[in-house]
Amino acid sequence: MKTDPKGVLTGSHYLDGDYALAEGALAAGCRFFAGYPITPSTETAERFSERIPSVGGVFIQMEDELASISALIGAVWGGQKVMTVTSGPGFSLMMENIGLACMLETPLVIANVQRGGPSTGLPTLTGQQDMMQVKWGSHGDYKIIAFSPDSPQECFDLTIEAFNLSETYRVPTFVMTDECVGHMHEKVVIPPAEEIELVERKWYTGPKDKYLPFKPDKDMIPFMVKIGEGYHFHITGLTHDEQGYPVINAECQDVLVRHLNDKITMNADKIIRTEEEKIDNAEVIVISYGITSRVTTKAVRKAREAGIKVGTIRLITVWPFPEKRIKELAKKVKAFVVPEINYGQMVLEVERCAAGQAPAVHVPHCGGWVHDPDDIFKAIKEAAK
Amino acid sequence: MKKEDRLEQRHPIEDLLRMDRIPHIWCPGCGIGTVVTSFAEALRKSEVDLDKIAVISGIGCTGRVAGYVKLDSIHTTHGRAVPVATGLKLANPELKVVVFSGDGDIAGIGGNHFIHAARRNMDIMIICVNNFNYAMTGGQVAATTPRDANASTAPYGNFEYPFSLPYLAEASGATYVARWTALHLRRVTKSMQEALGKRGFSFIEVITPCVTLYARRNRLGDGLNLLKYYYEKSEIQHGADTRTLDISYQGKLIVGKFVDIEKPTFLDCMNEHLGKVLGDKYQPYGVNND
Repeated sequence: MKTDPKGVLTGSHYLDGDYALAEGALAAGCRFFAGYPITPSTETAERFSERIPSVGGVFIQMEDELASISALIGAVWGGQKVMTVTSGPGFSLMMENIGLACMLETPLVIANVQRGGPSTGLPTLTGQQDMMQVKWGSHGDYKIIAFSPDSPQECFDLTIEAFNLSETYRVPTFVMTDECVGHMHEKVVIPPAEEIELVERKWYTGPKDKYLPFKPDKDMIPFMVKIGEGYHFHITGLTHDEQGYPVINAECQDVLVRHLNDKITMNADKIIRTEEEKIDNAEVIVISYGITSRVTTKAVRKAREAGIKVGTIRLITVWPFPEKRIKELAKKVKAFVVPEINYGQMVLEVERCAAGQAPAVHVPHCGGWVHDPDDIFKAIKEAAK
Repeated sequence: MKKEDRLEQRHPIEDLLRMDRIPHIWCPGCGIGTVVTSFAEALRKSEVDLDKIAVISGIGCTGRVAGYVKLDSIHTTHGRAVPVATGLKLANPELKVVVFSGDGDIAGIGGNHFIHAARRNMDIMIICVNNFNYAMTGGQVAATTPRDANASTAPYGNFEYPFSLPYLAEASGATYVARWTALHLRRVTKSMQEALGKRGFSFIEVITPCVTLYARRNRLGDGLNLLKYYYEKSEIQHGADTRTLDISYQGKLIVGKFVDIEKPTFLDCMNEHLGKVLGDKYQPYGVNND
């Protein structure tokens, strides 16, 4: 379906990543934003609060991030498309109800403009340290979808994409950007509304008394309805059956947990997006994402000038992870090099997928700034030996 | 009993209950069922459109209400019923959103959400069943436990000052505040009817016995006796100053309707203010649905 043109600011703009997140949400038809101020993500909330009154919708600044994510869940079941934005400490607070959103198969979008941690850490300086938290942070077994934009333009584009996948799979979807991209000003081209393709929520249309909020359809995804339309349905964060009723036993848990995970795992090939460059004949492959992929460019250029055959993979979706592709490439390369602004997160996934076929060399940066390209270059040179 | 007779036996509020989930989990002598009955009665008497009512609960004994009422309902996480209700109400302003939860959920872990929803005058209705302890987890001390009462995590008696919930609600900005005991059936029902018809943040506290934990640990007798005890210890003082409503251990309970005022809601304020500042640029929100 086409988007509502009211939210689309068609044209060429000079925007920072945070603003682009808000514009992406508006272009995707998001008309409800509940948030709490936190550096370096606050500008997204500010932009949304400024823009929404003339578009038609709600911005509400909640009392904390626990409330922000809770309000999103309520609003989705009231029929809205919703978003919030946060950074590390707020992301930690949201974990409780990210779990509820997964459990209730509630489509919503959360952007995390990452900063250095742990704890209050580096409020104004960059990090990529929540990459595992986004996957594992709430208790229990579940799966989510996460993107990592490397530019303000991608903040816009991938937010729309995040809304679409979130609706397609009825799952919380994340835009894992960082302070650098969030505060970086670049050209952002917003297309005309008629060029923005949206995925409509999977509305149920059958008889009211037959609605089952968690009965998987053929594509594994259950249908949704809105509260207030006479379905008189119930949903709970407890382990539940297809009807949404709590069933506290191991059998029901098995069906439910498998479903929550499998609906993403079995569609992973459709979800995963990467950008590959010069992979054929590469001795070393650098895997990076977000701001680090831009820093990597310089290191790779230098390595190629030095005669090393380097390929690159940029993760556009970080979760689900391109497991099959890494497994396949592990047989062909000498090593993977994984620079990221943390002390070893996505590299663990590369290592797991490479399964001993090729080493995964981590180039850590503990946060606060981007890598020195030379550090990545040295790692590539070492790995190519 | 003959089969034909059994078929004729219908639960008086079965239209509003998920009968496929009955029997419920509440203990014999618990007051929560009584409060649910009052709620069903209030819905019936108010003749509200049941399609437009949503019940949001948190976690705990009272948190299970959402799973038993045959209405659109969400059983959320501990303490978060109020912000979920806020999101739902704002998403679709034509709904009447009712938070039905316990004292631990609303005033303990969810206390911050409670005061902020009241501050904003969010147009939601809160029914708070206060049984003076965390019952679902086994009778731990709560933010509402009277001083000197015994609880599993206050085995030598509680020495903390409890919240007076009507005082907290009024001070935070609620436009309707009432307190009853579970045996004040008709009065609870009437307050609920009033709150269902009210625009603005309304709060009804209902004191109920927790027979299995609070009553047993404090040797207060069975549920029925305690229900009667609370009723007899109560004194109706409509319009009482909410600063005078502290509850002491087995002491007097001042009940009644304390606050009933009119004040623009969050959405009224948003539409009015943004309309004034932005003029024609502003797209009024949810006003056609009122």
